[in-house]
Amino acid sequence: MCGRILADLGADVVKVEPPGGEADRLQPPYIGDVENSERSIPWLAANVNKRGVTCDLRSTDGRALFSRLAATARIVIESFAPGRVSELGLGEALRDTILVSITPYGQDGPLADTPGSDLEVTAASGSLWLAGEEGRPPVRTTQAQSPYWSGMYGALGALVALQSRVAQRVDVSAQAAMTTVHPPAPVWWDIARQDHGRTGPYLLGRSNVGSRFRNLWACADGFVSFAIQGGPIGRHTGRMLTEWMGERGTIPAVVAAIDWDRFDNSTLSQAQVDELEAAIAPFLRSLTKAEFFDEVVKRKMLGYPVGDASDTLADPQLAARDFWQSFSPAEGVPPLPFPGGFALFDGERPALRRRAPRVGEHNAEIYREIGVEPDELARLRAAGVL
Amino acid sequence: MTDLATRPAASPRVGALSGIRVVELGFAAAGPLVGKYLANFGAEVIRLESRLAADVFRTTYPPFKDGIVEPDRAAMFAFYNDGKRSATLNLKHPTGVALARALIRKADVFVESFTPGTVARLGLGAETLRADHPELIVLSSCNQGQTGPHAFHPGYGSQLSALAGFVQLLGEPDSTPVLLYGPYIDYIAVGYGAIAVLAALERRKRTGAGCTIDLSQYEAGLQFLTPTILQFAANGRIPGRAGNSDAVAVPHGVYRCAGPDRWVALSVWSDAEWCVLRDVTGIEGPVSAADRRAQRPQLDERIGEWTATRDRDDVVRLLRGKRLRVAPVLAISELFADAQLAHRGMWPVLEHPTIGAMHVMAPPFRLSATPSLQVSPGPTVGADNEHVFGGILGLSLDERRTLERDGVFE
Repeated sequence: MCGRILADLGADVVKVEPPGGEADRLQPPYIGDVENSERSIPWLAANVNKRGVTCDLRSTDGRALFSRLAATARIVIESFAPGRVSELGLGEALRDTILVSITPYGQDGPLADTPGSDLEVTAASGSLWLAGEEGRPPVRTTQAQSPYWSGMYGALGALVALQSRVAQRVDVSAQAAMTTVHPPAPVWWDIARQDHGRTGPYLLGRSNVGSRFRNLWACADGFVSFAIQGGPIGRHTGRMLTEWMGERGTIPAVVAAIDWDRFDNSTLSQAQVDELEAAIAPFLRSLTKAEFFDEVVKRKMLGYPVGDASDTLADPQLAARDFWQSFSPAEGVPPLPFPGGFALFDGERPALRRRAPRVGEHNAEIYREIGVEPDELARLRAAGVL
Repeated sequence: MTDLATRPAASPRVGALSGIRVVELGFAAAGPLVGKYLANFGAEVIRLESRLAADVFRTTYPPFKDGIVEPDRAAMFAFYNDGKRSATLNLKHPTGVALARALIRKADVFVESFTPGTVARLGLGAETLRADHPELIVLSSCNQGQTGPHAFHPGYGSQLSALAGFVQLLGEPDSTPVLLYGPYIDYIAVGYGAIAVLAALERRKRTGAGCTIDLSQYEAGLQFLTPTILQFAANGRIPGRAGNSDAVAVPHGVYRCAGPDRWVALSVWSDAEWCVLRDVTGIEGPVSAADRRAQRPQLDERIGEWTATRDRDDVVRLLRGKRLRVAPVLAISELFADAQLAHRGMWPVLEHPTIGAMHVMAPPFRLSATPSLQVSPGPTVGADNEHVFGGILGLSLDERRTLERDGVFE
């Protein structure tokens, strides 16, 4: 993912795989449920805009070849276990580059050698603790998130290092990356000694008297995200809600009684919050996600439907901004709507320029660019280095 | 180009971003955290604020030191804005706007995170600013982007995370989704926002040209859901929440340990790993992944029975000793003391003039030659007025007194 971001920004990113391709090419799910190394959705998504070569780092010739390639790079990204780069004897070759290393817990410290996947680093970050129903096990986001966070911070670290103009190591820890996704929970512990935990659909941290607010509600065809809020926009939202309820039927007495100009959610007791929420729930339950979305936009209220992939693809805002790029991610696969570049630069969105590489697709091209003669390449190929 | 930003005497070290000056107008998390990361690596980041329209993190969002609601007691502001300077300007006053423009003219980067059109109405739109300072990099970060039918819709990170589809993927399959704590998607937009600014700085080195960046927090967040979206687009099935199960690893779950609310996370990625787990725990189960998947509920139950009578940290020690993938589910109250995070200096303790000693957050990546430096928590309101208006803009004490009297610094 780190390389993908730099590639989106226009960098010439070369993916180096072992002969036969890397194991991540077999990450499910697959396009058309066809299980092969050219159809893994997560792999294709992470590797578009890159070129690819193969190189066996276990062989002396392979390491020499890699060193020549690395000498042409300003940034090298790796995710081996800590110490493996030195073990392979690549330390010297990487001395003059920015070396971005992404591991579960970082390059040193008591857990440096500890193996971990998305689930464990999320657990060790505190993020897992905060998700789930009270009394039930903490739950993880079904599509793994830590590779994305680590990759994003790797790209950020690489770009900071690039500004420094000195070669150096960028040491990304997935555990540390996942601790950045849940402030202000650490602030609540630090300043108020409140240890926030799992609250299912409820929102904490908006009250000076410890009340919690429902933020996920059942609607007619799914769920919506809505909360009783303070502040200017929160009060506007309350005012609009009252008006909207009036248009669709009767306004419950407890809602009608609120003077929204003076409303302050941070001082409401839990009993007051519960009463108010009980009065609003049937109204929200009567709306579809689409109805809710249309009206909150029209009335400039805070709130959104809980979207899924089909809702995202149908979103008019994303369409109006030409977010989607129709793109065939592999040979023989019809074009799919791909999420476009993450921002507009002077009005331009970074494009998907090339498919993720097939195994060793650019061996001849790239090794020629770095000065490997054709007969030498033939020898390396025959020796199984590629 | 910009004159060298002055750094506090306390940091003699040259940061990776020393010499870069950033002016920032924003509120809450999504805009300001971009500046925090830049400040952590040595950029001079000046937060412009006004007492007349203060950040909700100063006025509304608890916790406040000792529960007293005052801008300089707001812990959220202090946490999210470490390393920055604060200067106050009343942007409803024409002189306030003129001073902001003069300051931005001496900056490399301007970051703003208001509703689209807001800064343009104040006379601080990207076009205006870049007309007399073409090298300027302007980052506008907002909920849904600067254009489009929903551009003006107000929103905040927690609910935008729901719209984008993160919440839909969180929870048990048979139950309602659960909340993703905090403004999750904002933090994604922060990373991409900082990346965009640094990429523009890199390009400027070569071309001399500035850049206007339109960052939609929604679109940035969707990058992290690319496989989920493509899965629906390619195969027509809408991915939903699946508790703690995984498409490859089995078992893959969170299991209750002895004591109140103590849990361990554990995953098995190969037959060999399973055999190690089976041998060390004595838990019965088939060897092949396909068979384990078929018996997943039974295996989860047996593992849960085994962990339920054991201390969480004992389980972690035992299984890590066998090179298995396992971790304690750390409570938030345990994070500051976690040995690995402490080793990395993840939570520096800094002294805030009003709040006292408090933890701030280091970047999650460490640079070996030009490490991040946490200098101070978020500034008190107007703490750097003298430096900014006297030092950088060169206004005399008399001029500043007059402006003060006229309410320009409110």
